[in-house]
Amino acid sequence: MSIAPSRSDPMVPRRFRIVEKIHETADTYTFTLVPVDGETACRFAPGQFNMLYLFGYGEVPISISGDPAAPERLVHTVRAMGSVTHAFATLEAGDMVGVRGPFGSAWPLAAAEGGDVLIVAGGLGLAPLRSAIYRLLAERDRYRRIAILHGARSPETILFAEELRQWRRNLDIACEVTVDYAGTDWHGRVGVITQLVALAGFDPQRVTTFVCGPEIMMRFSVEALKKQGVADERIHVSMERSMKCALGHCGHCQFGPAFLCKDGPVLSYDRIRNLVGIAEL
Amino acid sequence: METHKLEDVIAAAPFFRGLDPAFCATIAGCGKHVRFEKGQTVYRQGDPADTFYVVQHGHVALELPGAGRPLVHQTLHDNDILNAAWVVPPYRCHSNARAVDTTVAIAFDAACLRGKCDADHDLGYELMKRFVPIVVERLNRARLQALDVYGPGSAG
Amino acid sequence: MSTDLALQIGEHALLARAEFGKLIDALRGQGYAVIGPTLQGGAIVYSEISGESELPVGWTDEQEAGTYRLKRREDEALFGYVAGAQSWRPFLFQPRRTLWRAKGSAADFAIDPDVRETPRFAFLGMRACELKAVSIQDRVFMDGIHPDADYSARRDAAFFIAVNCARAGATCFCVSMDAGPRAEAGYDLALTEIIGEGRHDFLLEVGSPRGAVIASLLSLRAAGDGDAAEAEAIVERTAQSMGRVLQTEGLKSLLQENLEHPQWDDVAERCLSCGNCTFACPTCFCHTDEDVTDLDGQAAERHQRWDSCFSLDFSYIRGGSVRPGIASRYRQWMTHKLANWIDQFGESGCVGCGRCITWCPAGIDITAEAAAIRASIEKD
Repeated sequence: MSIAPSRSDPMVPRRFRIVEKIHETADTYTFTLVPVDGETACRFAPGQFNMLYLFGYGEVPISISGDPAAPERLVHTVRAMGSVTHAFATLEAGDMVGVRGPFGSAWPLAAAEGGDVLIVAGGLGLAPLRSAIYRLLAERDRYRRIAILHGARSPETILFAEELRQWRRNLDIACEVTVDYAGTDWHGRVGVITQLVALAGFDPQRVTTFVCGPEIMMRFSVEALKKQGVADERIHVSMERSMKCALGHCGHCQFGPAFLCKDGPVLSYDRIRNLVGIAEL
Repeated sequence: METHKLEDVIAAAPFFRGLDPAFCATIAGCGKHVRFEKGQTVYRQGDPADTFYVVQHGHVALELPGAGRPLVHQTLHDNDILNAAWVVPPYRCHSNARAVDTTVAIAFDAACLRGKCDADHDLGYELMKRFVPIVVERLNRARLQALDVYGPGSAG
Repeated sequence: MSTDLALQIGEHALLARAEFGKLIDALRGQGYAVIGPTLQGGAIVYSEISGESELPVGWTDEQEAGTYRLKRREDEALFGYVAGAQSWRPFLFQPRRTLWRAKGSAADFAIDPDVRETPRFAFLGMRACELKAVSIQDRVFMDGIHPDADYSARRDAAFFIAVNCARAGATCFCVSMDAGPRAEAGYDLALTEIIGEGRHDFLLEVGSPRGAVIASLLSLRAAGDGDAAEAEAIVERTAQSMGRVLQTEGLKSLLQENLEHPQWDDVAERCLSCGNCTFACPTCFCHTDEDVTDLDGQAAERHQRWDSCFSLDFSYIRGGSVRPGIASRYRQWMTHKLANWIDQFGESGCVGCGRCITWCPAGIDITAEAAAIRASIEKD
């Protein structure tokens, strides 16, 4: 008996080629990828991630930041932080990357239909939420109030700044941006993202909230949401732990009983409320 | 221009929500309407903290002048309070405050307001119950900012 | 006395000690690589054998927390020991393997999966707890939407010969975990070694069609009711002499609700975070992927190897390890094994084999740690 080489072996990356590279901020880039080898499109649900392989360096989990209505292109926003992502930043259009995925759970957009949607995005956390925002805007009439809150370190580090400007101009949705500090040339808000929650104007009984960002930022945001009367099961967060296989086999991404690669990364807060805040879990 | 009695404006301000009308009338005696034009300085770090503001509408940046360009560490907006130093000895302003947009506010003479609070501790306590939670909340926010959660090495 | 007994699944017969070698011959004749207990480095080690002479005839083991030594038995039992140093895990879930190779550059590369023949193993001498451990790993690697192809292929090809335990070790607690000492399911053939009063036989039970085929190649004789009763009595005596007990009632919530219990700090004082428990455990499945590149940067490989939740690297995300403290790493291991596993796979990840106790250099005892938390809670 032998193992037939399988195109669908989930451990073997598929080859994609970079067709566009956008320099978002000092250390963050958005890559648009198309499949080599004439493979089919990469359908995904907003919130899911891929394992991206960079030849000679290794593999990293990166959430999908593109439009789910355009699955013929894969869009990933990568921040240069570790050895693999630093090497990623040096790639250009024409270079090749390996892709495994998509993996993981998605933002529960269907369940949010008919109610308000509040997006709370801190830093690079806006990347996996951008896919959800594209879907929300495309299906605007299915939702009541839509509010997008984005917090960044400083004005220069605001991700997708042009799109945020467009969303702020869009009278169908509310969009607020705040930074932790700024120069005097900044005319926007300075302060933490949590203080925007009270101003977002939503019905706590009917809102579905999607929160993504650094774990501490998510914890404080959840507290702010609860203070507004939002129930735990209406709050969804995207958690992060070490990811290797992304198939629920390797054990690295465990957060309590959850395998974040398949049960997450998006989890309903009522599922993890007893775990957040426990050190070194 | 529509005019309101200051004590009614005070009673309607979220910061003073639930304050006894008699107290509203008392502190109205210390207050006046003020307006800052876009770019106008409200106060500077080190100035005597002789005024306590309740912003009605507008956008004020609190800046820390440092080496080179000043850094904005907080912006204040509709219904926010401004100049916490009014009740903290030695009554000196902690930051520069600059109107980013046209801002209207109720300005209270700090010495007058402190005098009313000293004279009537019930009034003082009512004001402190409204003031202290905001100060603590701002402390928590400042702590979150100090953590630099979106900085290098963070998941953000 | 050879018969042409055609055994059906669930039926049994006697295999005489003198005929035992033919079992190994039959398996090898069917193309299996027979893996059985051997004496290596002062321990019982499961490795490939070509005949019965390589079995640990007349040897047994003494196990205690942090202690393992071999000892002569007074008889010539083939399976007179308790559990080998390592389980059968490495044969199905390889400690290290190459997943694929890539050639080229960042501009253009090609990936070729590593394709190999699947070995056909016959495991001779699986304990009930070890069989249960395989079924637990089956759920990890074969259930779900992404079955592991290598594990599945090895697993499907493998032939299992269970041996019911005739004695319990001092670190054994399979009864607590409902995992032994009798092999109940999942085997192709099961043996109970019966020694005494001038006899040395094996009661052989057939557990699968493949098992029936191998049984048909052996010289068996009909077993009487007395033989079955004697085999049953042997296993029952073993069940009565467990060295350890783990109280499992309410254990899942006990651990999940006590993630900040001081006992974690207590065990961290003793734990060396060496990971021995995770490597000796028959159900631990954690592994990692490594990318290696040759010096000229034109060829790369992805390797998969066993990993341990006791390593700092295990939980590393940029900025550092999520679990820098030993307390949090021990907590991760134990709460996963005994509690979170139930949420993940519907059953405990522990089979009570006792290896983590025996092979812990600090003699840390998972049953004692669980009992300590329980005692402190029940006292309150």
